[in-house]
Amino acid sequence: MLPVGGKAMARTLAEKVWDDHVVRRAEGEPDLLFIDLHLLHEVTSPQAFDGLRLSGRAVRRTDLTIATEDHNTPTLDIDKPIADPVSRTQLETLRKNCAEFGVRLHPLGDVEQGVVHVVGPQLGLTQPGTTVVCGDSHTSTHGAFGALAFGIGTSQVEHVLATQTLPMPKFKTMAVNVDGELPDGVTAKDLILAIIAQIGTGGGQGYVIEYRGSAIEKLSMEARMTVCNMSIEAGARAGMIAPDETTFAYLKGRPHAPQGEEWDAAVEYWKTLRTDDDAVFDHEVHIDASRLAPFVTWGTNPGQGAPLSAVVPDPASFADPSERLAAEKALEYMGLAPNQPLRDIAVDTVFVGSCTNGRIEDLRSAADVLRGRKVAEGLRMLVVPGSVRVALQAVAEGLDKVFTAAGAEWRHAGCSMCLGMNPDQLAPGERSASTSNRNFEGRQGKGGRTHLVSPQVAAATAVLGHLASPADLSDVRTPVEA
Amino acid sequence: MEAFTTHTGRAVPLRRSNVDTDQIIPAHWLKKVTRNGFEDGLFEAWRKDPQFVLNQPERQGATVLVAGPDFGTGSSREHAVWALQNYGFKTVLSSRFADIFRGNSLKNGLLTVVVPQDVIERLWKLTESDPAAEITVDLVAREVRAEGLTQSFELDDNARWRLLEGLDDISLTLRHEADIAEYEARRPAHKPRTVEA
Repeated sequence: MLPVGGKAMARTLAEKVWDDHVVRRAEGEPDLLFIDLHLLHEVTSPQAFDGLRLSGRAVRRTDLTIATEDHNTPTLDIDKPIADPVSRTQLETLRKNCAEFGVRLHPLGDVEQGVVHVVGPQLGLTQPGTTVVCGDSHTSTHGAFGALAFGIGTSQVEHVLATQTLPMPKFKTMAVNVDGELPDGVTAKDLILAIIAQIGTGGGQGYVIEYRGSAIEKLSMEARMTVCNMSIEAGARAGMIAPDETTFAYLKGRPHAPQGEEWDAAVEYWKTLRTDDDAVFDHEVHIDASRLAPFVTWGTNPGQGAPLSAVVPDPASFADPSERLAAEKALEYMGLAPNQPLRDIAVDTVFVGSCTNGRIEDLRSAADVLRGRKVAEGLRMLVVPGSVRVALQAVAEGLDKVFTAAGAEWRHAGCSMCLGMNPDQLAPGERSASTSNRNFEGRQGKGGRTHLVSPQVAAATAVLGHLASPADLSDVRTPVEA
Repeated sequence: MEAFTTHTGRAVPLRRSNVDTDQIIPAHWLKKVTRNGFEDGLFEAWRKDPQFVLNQPERQGATVLVAGPDFGTGSSREHAVWALQNYGFKTVLSSRFADIFRGNSLKNGLLTVVVPQDVIERLWKLTESDPAAEITVDLVAREVRAEGLTQSFELDDNARWRLLEGLDDISLTLRHEADIAEYEARRPAHKPRTVEA
C-alpha cells in the first residue's frame, strides 16, 4: 500500500512491513493492521477468551494462532501435578480455552513446548515481513527476522482473536547503527545493555528501532533475537533487523518455513525488506562496537548498567534529579554502596535462561566457560533451556553433562526465574547474576536482587562467586574431561 | 469499556520514576484468570512499608495518581491497569508513560494524562501540603485543573472519542469486516500458518 497521499517515498524497513499490513486507513484514525501470527500463553489470555465467550465471538483465524505454556510451568518434576493450585488452574484454563476455540496448543510435556518467543522462531513461524503479536512485552524478539512484532495487552489479545487485526497508532523510526567489531568476549547481551544504558528506559518510547550496521550484520540469529528482545527495555514499541542470508539460512527447512516455489517467492519478497538508501529515520544513534566491554546492571531498571570493570555509580553524579533519586533508591534496594567495584559484588544464584538468553547458542557459550570448572562453593546455578527442542539439542551435544559436572542444576524448559511465577525464585535479600531481561525490584522473587548479565559473564560469575567475565578465569580451569 | 468524561478527586503523590509493572502488580498475582480482585496486589511490596504514601489515612479514597516519569514500564500485563482500577484510581498523571501500559489503560477507561514534569512537581507540592486538595481531569476540555493551576493536555481525537463514548474497539473494527476479508483474500500464499496445510 502506498503511503497517505499516494506518493512512493523512500521508506524504512518498519514502514514497508507496516504498509504491507494496512487493512484500512482513514484520516484521523489509527491504521487497522492485519496480524500474521498470534502467539498465546497462559498468563495474558484467560480474560481475552472470557471476553470472546461473553460476546459470543469465535477465533477468526485459528490457523494463524498458536499457544504454549511457559510462565507458570515448573522446571522440576514436570511429570507430577503442578503443586501450586493457582498456577495449575491457569494452565488448565488455557487448555480448556484452546480446546473450546480450536487453537493449537503445546502444553507442558510436549516436545514443542517452551518459552513462546523461543518456540515461534524455532518452528519457522516467525518470518521476515510478518506482523507478530503476543500478550507479552518480549514479543519484540521476533523483530530479529525483520518481522514487525509487538507486545500487547489482554484487550488487544481479545481483539486479535476476534478480528485478526489491531488498530495501531503510528510509530516513529529510530536507527541504532552499530559499526566496528565486537571485541572477544563481548556479546549481543552486552551490546543491548550498553544501548539501553545510552538511550535510557524511556529513550525508545514511541519508536520502532531498527538495529543496523556491520556489527549487527555479523550477528547470528540467536544473537539478533537477544538484541531485539530487549528493545522493550529501552521503551521501544518494537525492534527490527533487516533479513539477510543469515536469516534465510536459519529458516530454510524449518517445519513452517515455505517450501519449493513458495520458498522462492518468499525469499524474493524478503529481499525487498531493507530500508531504502535515502530513507530518513526520525532519530539516529551511533555505537562503536569495538569500544564495548562486558556489561552488567547495578540498579533496578535495565538502563542502570555499566561495564563490568566500572564501579557502582555515586547517585550524586547524576545531574537529572529524578535519575539521582532513582539511583539512590536502586542502591538502597540492591544493598550496594557508591564506588564499590562491580567485580567485588558477590552473588548467591546464577540463572541462565529466558527468552533473552535461553537458546542453544547461549547454553553453548555458558557451557564453554564451565567446561572443566566448578561452580563456587555455596552458589546455586540454574540452567533452564528456552524450549524442549533447545534442551534436546543441548543434551545431544552433551551440554547438560557439562553443567551438572560443574555443579549447576539442569532444568526443564520455561520462563522460570526470569520472573519467578513458578517455584524458581530468589529469597529476600538474595542476589543473582541473571541472563534474563529485567532487574526490577522483586522481579525474581520478593526482595531478590538481580544483576543482568550475558551467558558468559553468568558462567564466569558462577565459578568465581562474584561478578566476573571469562577473562578473569584464565588460570582456574582444571584439566577435567567433561 | 467504562466511559470517561471528567473526574474530580483527591490525589496520591507518588514520587518515583520508572514505576514498572512488576511494582504495580507483582507477577504472582498474574495467575488469576479474572479481571477483578487485584486491588490488594497494587504496589504490594511498597505497601508493606507503613510510611508508603498509599498507606497514609489521608490518602484513603483518593482516585488520582500523580507519578514520576516513565510510569508503567516493563511487562505488557494489563493486570497493572486492572489493579489500579480495582483499587479505585480513575486517572494517572505522569510526564511519560510506557507505550503498552498507555494503550492498555485507554482501552479500559483508565485515563492516563501526560503533563510536563514541572506540572507534576507542582501537583506533588500541592497535594503533599494539602491532602484534601482535589484535582480535576476534564477530558471534554482536555484540561487538568487544581488550585492555582490549569494545564491543557493532548490526546488524539480518536482515542478521546472512544473514551468519551466508552466504545468497544472490537465492535468498531468489525464494522470493517469486509475490509479484513478483502485483505485476507489477497494475502500471499507463502505466509506462515500454524496448522498443517
